[in-house]
Amino acid sequence: MALQAIAFYLMAAVTVAAGFCVVSARNPVHSVLWLILAFFSAAGLFVLLGAEFLAMLLVVVYVGAVAVLFLFVVMMLDVDFASLRQGFARYMPIGLLIAAVLAVEMVVVATTVSTQGAAKHSPGPAASGTDSALSNAEAIGRVLYTDYIYFFQAAGLVLLVAMIGAIVLTLRHKPGVKRQIIMNQVLRTPATGMKLVNPKQGEGIDA
Amino acid sequence: MEFWSTPVGWTILTVAHILAITVVLLLTIAFVIYGDRKIFAGVQARKGPNVVGPFGLLQSFADLGKFLIKELIIPAGADKAVYLLAPLISVTLALGAWAVMPIAPGWAVSNINVGILYLFAVSSMGVYGIIMGGWASNSKYPFLGSLRSAAQMVSYEVSIGFVIITVILLAGTMNLNQITEAQSGWFWNWYMFGGGLKNLPLILIMFPMGVIFFISGLAETNRPPFDLPEAESELVAGYAVEYGSTPYMLFYLAETSNIVLMSGLMAVLFLGGWNAPWPTGYLESWPAWLASLHGLFWYAMKTFFVFFMNAMVRSIVPRYRYDQLMRLGWKVFLPTSLVAVFGVAGWLVYTGFPVAAP
Repeated sequence: MALQAIAFYLMAAVTVAAGFCVVSARNPVHSVLWLILAFFSAAGLFVLLGAEFLAMLLVVVYVGAVAVLFLFVVMMLDVDFASLRQGFARYMPIGLLIAAVLAVEMVVVATTVSTQGAAKHSPGPAASGTDSALSNAEAIGRVLYTDYIYFFQAAGLVLLVAMIGAIVLTLRHKPGVKRQIIMNQVLRTPATGMKLVNPKQGEGIDA
Repeated sequence: MEFWSTPVGWTILTVAHILAITVVLLLTIAFVIYGDRKIFAGVQARKGPNVVGPFGLLQSFADLGKFLIKELIIPAGADKAVYLLAPLISVTLALGAWAVMPIAPGWAVSNINVGILYLFAVSSMGVYGIIMGGWASNSKYPFLGSLRSAAQMVSYEVSIGFVIITVILLAGTMNLNQITEAQSGWFWNWYMFGGGLKNLPLILIMFPMGVIFFISGLAETNRPPFDLPEAESELVAGYAVEYGSTPYMLFYLAETSNIVLMSGLMAVLFLGGWNAPWPTGYLESWPAWLASLHGLFWYAMKTFFVFFMNAMVRSIVPRYRYDQLMRLGWKVFLPTSLVAVFGVAGWLVYTGFPVAAP
């Protein structure tokens, strides 16, 4: 138990410290690297909670894919640091307001859970997911595909629409661009790719 | 016996376990590098390393010594901390991934329920070593190399993920030990061949999936013919241009370790892991250590077989162009593996899903 407490405080401290460094780092690439550390130690906290499936998903999705793209973009941006730091005081009230709202929300949630327990939407035994014999992934799957199927489907639809939107926004058909058509190249044979001519002397060949 | 179940004993035992696996792994990697160079040389009708030790067997150790005693040079414009952190991250992840690999019956440092996801997560993080190294070098070629590498690894991870899902569906578990156990018996129980006579028609799906996994593994480990991140004809050495001495060696070590890891993963997921190609009921009468060695032998044989194929591809196939690489990943492998997931799931709906042993 003591070991778990040490691990928890260690990882929680790293998460908070890394989160602070994300906003305070001067170099945006360093910010993203700190963000990755924060994700990673959050995954460690999930493992401590016994939610190893969620932990792995967090690492695969956020660390392995999303943060790579962040890093990719941030590395290629030519950021003007001086102009970025301008107007800090002007945006300060909005930032503080958002921080305050988030803090109030978290306090409300924490007090509600600690005094009245977490909300139970699904009293059904099959879907409750609290059965300790179930593995982590199975428990999530049971809840996700029964009680929350509509939310799950809706989330999928939103993502699909977002993906289509991104494609529509970025896809351009420029005229006059020669594209490689692999199939044509593969299907090319000596008969279609080569023309044998036997020109007479003094006459050219017609192209 | 009692001592080993106390926290102190458990810690000592686990550390010893980790040390044993790491040392054996590092020795294996030394000889794998040697074997890789020998195979490469053999295909080109050269002799390969043959000076240090008998048949050049100690070449890797000589290289190690050379790397270690060279001067460590950090470029003036480099981001020092990130520059030095990058190879460390690479090698930590590459070695850490071995923690869940079942190398013999019941023999993994950590036999966790989400083992396959852990491997996937760790291998997807491997890109950070390269991308950080390329950026921190503050130089054009390494940066281009790391950008290429990031795009390439992210692309091929998608198809690897779908291929892994087909295996998870067939096995009904994400525990690598249980996946291996599900493939015991005759070799047609291996997932490369659909996983058992009941699922024989699935060979039409699973065999191509195995091939896709193998090729995606090549791309994921930046191995020729997909070694665009370090294409020496365009980018000198890609992300490793500014590295020398021990940090370069760590990159090299991580790369080779990842290649062996991918070979081992292919062996576990598609070739039955530590199972012999025939029923091994006779192992019951063997002493436990001999049965473990038997499993280790088969696991190593399969891993080296896949690695041999890997080395042959490296020596025979010319390098891809970058657009061809992207086309292969997104337009060929992704749809194919997606259809395969539907195919396997559909087949299992009609024949019954496997129930994992608890």
